[in-house]
Amino acid sequence: MNIDQNLLQPDKCVTCPSHNSIELMRLGVDMQDWDYVVGLAGNPNTGKSTIFNSLTGLRQHTGNWPGKTVSRMEGGYEYESTRYKVVDLPGAYSLLSTSIDEEIARNFILFGRPDVTVVVVDATRLERNLNLALQILEITDRAVLCLNLMDEANKHGIVIDERCLARDLGIPVVPTVARNQEGLPYLIQTIGDVASGKIKCNPYRSNKKIGEMSVIVKQLTEKLESIYPDLPNHRWLALRLLDGDSDIISALSEGKLQSLANSVK
Amino acid sequence: MSNDSLSQLLNKAKHFRRDLGNKVHEDIVESIYDDAARIAKRAVDIDNKSISMGLDRAIDRVVTSRLYGFPLMMLLLTLVFWLTISGANVPSSMLATLFLDIIYPGLKSLSESLNISWWLDGLLIDGVYLAVGWVISVMLPPMAIFFPLFTLLEDLGYLPRIAFNLDNMFRKTGAHGKQALSMAMGWGCNAAGVISTRIIDSPRERLIAIITNNFSLCNGRWPTQILVATVFIGGLVPAHFAGVVSAMSVVAIAVLGILLTFLVSWALSRSILRGESSVFNMELPPYRMPHVWQTVYTSIIDRTLPVLWRAILWAVPAGALIWLTSNINIDNISFAEHVILLLDPFGFVIGLNGVILLAYILAIPANEIIVPTILMLTVLSSGIERIGLGAGVMFELDSLDVTLKVFEAGGWTLLTAVNLMLFSLIHNPCSTTIHTIYKETGSVKWTLVSTFLPLLMGFVITFLVAQVWRIIVN
Repeated sequence: MNIDQNLLQPDKCVTCPSHNSIELMRLGVDMQDWDYVVGLAGNPNTGKSTIFNSLTGLRQHTGNWPGKTVSRMEGGYEYESTRYKVVDLPGAYSLLSTSIDEEIARNFILFGRPDVTVVVVDATRLERNLNLALQILEITDRAVLCLNLMDEANKHGIVIDERCLARDLGIPVVPTVARNQEGLPYLIQTIGDVASGKIKCNPYRSNKKIGEMSVIVKQLTEKLESIYPDLPNHRWLALRLLDGDSDIISALSEGKLQSLANSVK
Repeated sequence: MSNDSLSQLLNKAKHFRRDLGNKVHEDIVESIYDDAARIAKRAVDIDNKSISMGLDRAIDRVVTSRLYGFPLMMLLLTLVFWLTISGANVPSSMLATLFLDIIYPGLKSLSESLNISWWLDGLLIDGVYLAVGWVISVMLPPMAIFFPLFTLLEDLGYLPRIAFNLDNMFRKTGAHGKQALSMAMGWGCNAAGVISTRIIDSPRERLIAIITNNFSLCNGRWPTQILVATVFIGGLVPAHFAGVVSAMSVVAIAVLGILLTFLVSWALSRSILRGESSVFNMELPPYRMPHVWQTVYTSIIDRTLPVLWRAILWAVPAGALIWLTSNINIDNISFAEHVILLLDPFGFVIGLNGVILLAYILAIPANEIIVPTILMLTVLSSGIERIGLGAGVMFELDSLDVTLKVFEAGGWTLLTAVNLMLFSLIHNPCSTTIHTIYKETGSVKWTLVSTFLPLLMGFVITFLVAQVWRIIVN
């Protein structure tokens, strides 16, 4: 194991077992009230459910194959007297596609408005996993990139410059080996810092993407802003409308945009 | 918010969309891919000296090869069942001794000393208690071996390889390749298998996967298969082959289930669910060494015990019901016997008997209690009550010989056993699964199709087997 131990353990206190046993309280499904909602998103089979289980003390089924989680699961933990509700989402390759499991993930990230979205990526397949991460960064300002499966990346000779990645993406990057609980204290700490605003994210947004359509997108975005001032991601919605996303269109026309987030469980 | 401005907006978007066509989608996707590639390239450095991908690929070349892929799968499944069957015998009989030889007489004498009336004693001890004791001793040991083994295979990363091997065949039948995964989930539980079809994005292919999921033997039916195979098929060969042969016959039924899945998928996609099958990319995850003890622990807590608990919950009312129907007499024979006699002619035609059919009616909520119910009803109707403890009593069956004797006394032949194994594979889903199908499809029509199609097929297939069998035997 040649993961940079300083990155996995930024602070001796954070990783000290006695510190953690006092500070981290796994709350299982006991989620009466909470301070922050944390969404776990990512490609299939990147270890979201394993991280979910470590955080909450629950035993959501995990399995070494894509598509194991098809519905969303909620649990909670308490850290430094702040209560977090964690939502484990089905894996998705993209926010643009339409199978029901991916839709559950998408609707939650879009309309469930988690305080922090943790994007779990497979460190051995970073490029493909970033496709989803970038799409998520289009619609949220507060995210953490969890670079999981670092042990396998190391085994395959893949070296990732986390600081460069964090700078390019504009969000904190936390390397982990969730199966062996490595890096989780740092993840918990980072989630807390992003939730409380201690860490300010400046997520990467492509500006060239719309190119010649920019005027059209701007028009639609402004229109959406005036009709739905409460929604957080007008520009993204405008692009979805242009793309002809039938779910979004019917949700808009039926006035169900807000309830979509909680509809499919 | 005014509806006018909304429809104005939607119209505007539609208008733009028409002008731009597919270009928007392509542009969006392309720019995301570009950005991802650029960012990843800056951050990732691959040290080419390291070549440990090699082992995974070498294993995959064998495991997913055209030549060895399928036989290897059968071999692994046979191994799993052989371990299950041979490992479960001893603990099963120990549990039976505990529940039926030690605790049962104790309860009886306790109730006698408390002067509890005969019907309450019968209902609670001879009905409910014995049903529960039976279910635990028959189900706990095999399930405690089977689920951890299966979960280990799953955590290792073998399931996607099965899916990979079957993908091509599924596509040829007109179904979705991912159906291989929901089929494998069905081997655990059909209700879970039906939910797992959510990974299939085309509604047509998803319906095919839902309707055919029932052909995956579920954990409620494995014990039936294992027990009947052990008693009848294993009994045909010398003792030291019995375990392997029984395991192979269970695998044969499971493989028949896979073949039926193909057949029905093919038929559906050429009749009421016509259409092209969609293409998808399946990624094979790396093999990962499971945390063995953690896996064993969690699979027993998460799979074995819930399955057992569900069986116990249904065994309670079933035990009471069986005791009642066997002890309420109409014209000097019990109510249960009336029903059995009524069902017997039809049972004979399809190579089964009235007892089995009645047991399947009683076990619609949970397939797990089929075997205990059949044994109990057999004892009741075959006039060998003295082997057991009287009408409606589930009795001691710690040795397989006694089980065989009961079956034989009930007029069972090898045909009955084979057809029971077939019918257990091919009949209606349990009520939980039916309910799940309704929730997932939201359609009464497709729920009915999923329920009655396999039942009809079961009748037809057992009927044909019975006719052919009788021609050959006579």
